[in-house]
Amino acid sequence: MVERRPLLTALTHTVLILGVVVIAFPLYLTFVASTHTTPDLMQSPMPLLPGSHFLQNYLDAWNGTGAGAGSKAPVARMMMVSLITALIIALGKIAISLLSAFAIVYFRFPFRNFVFWAIFITLMLPVEVRIGPTYKVVADFGMLDTYAGLTVPLIASATATFLFRQFFLTVPEELVEAARIDGAGPMRFFKDVLLPLSMTSIAALFVIQFIYGWNQYLWPLLVTTNESMYPVVIGIKRMISGGDSEMQWNVVMATAMMAMIPPATIVILMQKWFVKGLVDTEK
Amino acid sequence: MAAITLKNVVKCYYGIGKKTVNKVIHGVNAEIADGEFIVIVGPSGCGKSTLLRMVAGLEEITEGEISIGNRVVNDLEPSERDIAMVFQNYALYPHMSVFDNMAYGLKIAKVPTDEIKTRVDKAAKILELGPYLARKPRELSGGQRQRVAMGRAIVRQPQVFLFDEPLSNLDAKLRAHTRLEIQKLHRDLGITSLFVTHDQVEAMTLAQRMIVMNGGVMEQFGTPEEVYARPASTFVATFIGSPPMNLIKGAPGTKPGVTVGIRPEHLDITPDGWALTVDALEMLGAERLVYGRWRHGEGDELVVIRCDESLPAPQLGSTIHVTPRPDRLHYFDTASGKRI
Repeated sequence: MVERRPLLTALTHTVLILGVVVIAFPLYLTFVASTHTTPDLMQSPMPLLPGSHFLQNYLDAWNGTGAGAGSKAPVARMMMVSLITALIIALGKIAISLLSAFAIVYFRFPFRNFVFWAIFITLMLPVEVRIGPTYKVVADFGMLDTYAGLTVPLIASATATFLFRQFFLTVPEELVEAARIDGAGPMRFFKDVLLPLSMTSIAALFVIQFIYGWNQYLWPLLVTTNESMYPVVIGIKRMISGGDSEMQWNVVMATAMMAMIPPATIVILMQKWFVKGLVDTEK
Repeated sequence: MAAITLKNVVKCYYGIGKKTVNKVIHGVNAEIADGEFIVIVGPSGCGKSTLLRMVAGLEEITEGEISIGNRVVNDLEPSERDIAMVFQNYALYPHMSVFDNMAYGLKIAKVPTDEIKTRVDKAAKILELGPYLARKPRELSGGQRQRVAMGRAIVRQPQVFLFDEPLSNLDAKLRAHTRLEIQKLHRDLGITSLFVTHDQVEAMTLAQRMIVMNGGVMEQFGTPEEVYARPASTFVATFIGSPPMNLIKGAPGTKPGVTVGIRPEHLDITPDGWALTVDALEMLGAERLVYGRWRHGEGDELVVIRCDESLPAPQLGSTIHVTPRPDRLHYFDTASGKRI
């Protein structure tokens, strides 16, 4: 719609601004809370302007030197765990789904369609449904508190396989034939032609999967018991000890702020690629 | 460079579980000499592209034998057959520059880098692609893409060129131009070429010899002159030439079961002869097409005559008389359509 009516403009802007406020206010509150001392925060009403303990709180969180009752694992370590986990999940998912989509689209083998539908059906089974048996398997393999345990069960991805399959189907048949005449074997074709053409989809998928990996909560909660293997999302949970003890909400909030930075950075840095990957059809 | 031999080549597609068989090529035999330019022409679905793709190795050969330069290639991969193919939609690698597109096959064949550069530069010079070597295919026009596709074929220095309707995506003017370029290229390089098209003008102008196909059967194999002057069947007679040859069943003075054929330019308006009622006129510039109805003993036929534009145009609805040139009459068996 390209209608220009002042009233309509005002209305749409109001709706947009309201939306932004609703979403941004909790974030702002988190930031404010992370800049005060614990006693200041406990007052009622809680302060709505930033305080003076910004550096102190963030350093406490980063180094794990706060005085709270809950877990005091240093955020620096947890961020590292989160980063490694998210990267393994994102890159692993992309690698595996690229290869399985390649197999499904370009090779004729018995039960090809069955395989595709088997992968597709797992789309309908979220991790939570199969979490019991998966936990048993991971535990029996001795993978609790390891990167393998944190990532492997999350890597297989029907969504990404499906996405790449759809993309590969749009690559013209003649391109495959031209490559065959040029003497490129299947893997050569994959590397030299399909991979460069899929770059934008890969970028879009990387953003989505990195955030998915970074924000994992339930699964890491189950398989990590050791402080040194907590991803930062779990770290926040463990800092909140419950009970009557004094809670260092300011440090918790500082941690939350820091946990938001990497996914936000990824989105901002890869925004251009991300949008291109979702809308681009250049072939 | 090499000769190509097709020996009783058959192609079948099988349904699920090989229960249904769909035979699309019914045993084609052809001997193509070294350096010849052969055009395979036919209506869509006649199997001409399938035949070409079987030579290329993109389709399996169900029965029969294809050899290129005395080497049976039935079980060889496309890259081992020493051929190069130009596709209808060019099939350029969209993410590679023009140079890389042309060099890709050579890179895989592990040709030394400076040799690749020499060959690509030479092909680019022939095709006037020099200024575009660093560009991506999407930054080129249709005609330029077409030339890149040909360049990719040239740099491989193959025994055989295969063209799969390479001109059908170009506009009319560019098509005529590219046709001349292909002719020149063939003259300069002298490489055996197979060229598939559904366009009879392309076939007539490019071919040294042409294969006319219909329904998976080779109807005729000969020079354009032979095909035009002595069509082997009624299909060839009507497919080649525009407007098509007039076919008259049961004309007075012929035996039953014989169809008489006469090309529109071999009918002359005379004081007496076949009496036609003029139905429609088409002015083409240098000549005029006259469509007339001829009611004779058993039938009512539409007959086309090609007249010089200098002759006066007949009135619509009037009756004119035409006489065929006796040495230009063709006789076909009505039942089989074969030439008698």
